[in-house]
Amino acid sequence: MKTEPAVQTPEAVGAPPVKKLTPKQLKRERRKRALGRFWKQFRHNKAGMAGLSILVFFAVVAIYSIFADKGALDPTIATGGPRLAGPSFHYPLGTQNDGISVLALVIEGSRVSLFVGLGAALISMFLGTVIGMWAGYKSNVTDAVLMRLTDVFLVLPWLALAIVLAAMFGRNFWIIILIIGLTSWAGTARLVRAQVLSVKERTYIERSRALGAADRHVVLKHIMPNLMPVIFANTILTIAIAILSESQLSFLGLGDPKSKSWGAVIEEAFREGALTLHAWWWLMAPSICIVLVVLAFTMVGFAMDEIINPRIRER
Amino acid sequence: MGTYRYLLGKLGQLFLTLLLILSLAFLLFRVWQPGDPVLTWARAQNAHYSPEQLEQVRHEWGLDIPLPEQYVQFMKDSLTFNFGTSTVINPQEQVSTLFSRGMGKSLILILTSTMASIAVGVVLGIWGGWRRQGKLDNSAMGVSMILYSMPEFVLGMILILIFAGVVHWFPSGRYESAVTLTGFDRYVDIARHMALPWLTLMLAFVGEFYLVMRSSLLDVLGEEYISLARAKGIREKYVLRRHAVPNALLPTITLVALSFGFILSGVITVELVFSYPGVGKLSYDALRFRDFNVLTGTFVISVVAVLIANFIADLTYGYLDPRVRRA
Repeated sequence: MKTEPAVQTPEAVGAPPVKKLTPKQLKRERRKRALGRFWKQFRHNKAGMAGLSILVFFAVVAIYSIFADKGALDPTIATGGPRLAGPSFHYPLGTQNDGISVLALVIEGSRVSLFVGLGAALISMFLGTVIGMWAGYKSNVTDAVLMRLTDVFLVLPWLALAIVLAAMFGRNFWIIILIIGLTSWAGTARLVRAQVLSVKERTYIERSRALGAADRHVVLKHIMPNLMPVIFANTILTIAIAILSESQLSFLGLGDPKSKSWGAVIEEAFREGALTLHAWWWLMAPSICIVLVVLAFTMVGFAMDEIINPRIRER
Repeated sequence: MGTYRYLLGKLGQLFLTLLLILSLAFLLFRVWQPGDPVLTWARAQNAHYSPEQLEQVRHEWGLDIPLPEQYVQFMKDSLTFNFGTSTVINPQEQVSTLFSRGMGKSLILILTSTMASIAVGVVLGIWGGWRRQGKLDNSAMGVSMILYSMPEFVLGMILILIFAGVVHWFPSGRYESAVTLTGFDRYVDIARHMALPWLTLMLAFVGEFYLVMRSSLLDVLGEEYISLARAKGIREKYVLRRHAVPNALLPTITLVALSFGFILSGVITVELVFSYPGVGKLSYDALRFRDFNVLTGTFVISVVAVLIANFIADLTYGYLDPRVRRA
């Protein structure tokens, strides 16, 4: 970080509070105000706020799960409880076939599911942004090659590929994140490219270049900030898809056996015959969690899209 | 002339994408593969093999020749659907035979349910977009969001719990009953078994198609030519039918084709939930027993299926939108 040239702030000279800001402060002030405007609009979006509250709730649960007593999950310790009992006062979500509380399983699963979703979405966002910006900013040849690659990943039947990869590399938490991230960036790349194409012809980019800005500066300082809201909204939607993808992989028995996500809990319940035993609580508790979280991310993403994209807002 | 050029161009693109994906698959499956597939196979067999025998297996699988030759062989085999013999699930049987046995059952399930969900989603989407925030739109929107957020296997299990567990209307799985039936009775039996997986797949994607069609129609309704049509005094019914819907269908076609990859993924889990003996169940078994030849088959066949779906979408697009053909 370079230090800014010393500017005499109003406080220093004891002058009345006339706003005299450095460019950096000005930028920060502008961002803060934009964020404030965004929040004001978001607050009035009912679906968005509902989604956000669900997410806050699950985030708290996930954080709680780090400190929660792990003994409740250990079949050798927790078998004191009744087996396959329905919801009751002591076991609000019932118990599974070893007498472990389903509530404890679901709490533990929240951390894994959310973490995998976030991690995969971050990888996907990073790849999609870099490839999309590169393709959109560079001219013909690079653009054509990168878009061909994007098209390939766009049509790739992701689960078939993920199955083969997971079968080869083993059932590991990080591998799962990597697989989902690597197979889901194509949509983001297309979106980012389209945005870059529309932004890069604007006059302020030309002005910056006329002042001698290099590609790096133009991309990072002028194009990137313009795309940030769109990329952010897209990432939120990608998290939802990543959580769904993770649950599918886990349901096929590809989840990490050491850290069980919601999908893995459903898989175990299904494998142990919860359907024929009518142990619906064992199946439905983690299922409802998945649906709620995915729904919440989708609602927040849609709400953000609506605010960012004026075309949608006008309707 | 333009039509043929368009067709040829799309076919060329399809072939190029196929070659690219297959090359990627070769890199992943053969070059980059961690661990020795022959050893994995031997371990899965739970029998002891002498090094000579392992060498023999390696030779049979074509793993002892140089990589460039393996590449040519792999591409040739993939394009002719020749994936060798199954190694674990059903030893000595051709992978293509295994696939052809389940293919019909899966195809009928996938095609009919996808058609139904496209039809329902698109029709409801048009209605919802037209009467935005009306009663139907609001409830359809809520249901669509929930269906969109629900993994296919969860939906399948809910349907099993209700329709096979509580009211006993439909059987919870398999393709037909164990007792032998003939003629019409057999078809009824099969249809009853297919009902729940069919409903699951149909409902699982109807929400997505609803959302896509609705937002596409809303986009179109904001265009100037719609205002022009209205200004000309055309009745609303015709504005919708002649001006808005055809244009709104275009992006929907592309998105439906793109979601075909997700539909195939959904089929694997749905067939597992209902123990439906199609290619999805076969793939799951291959995954469980690490039968790499069958897994390679799954991958190549799903890639081909998705590419064909995209090709059909391109054709429909070209048919509906003359601008694409002429460009």
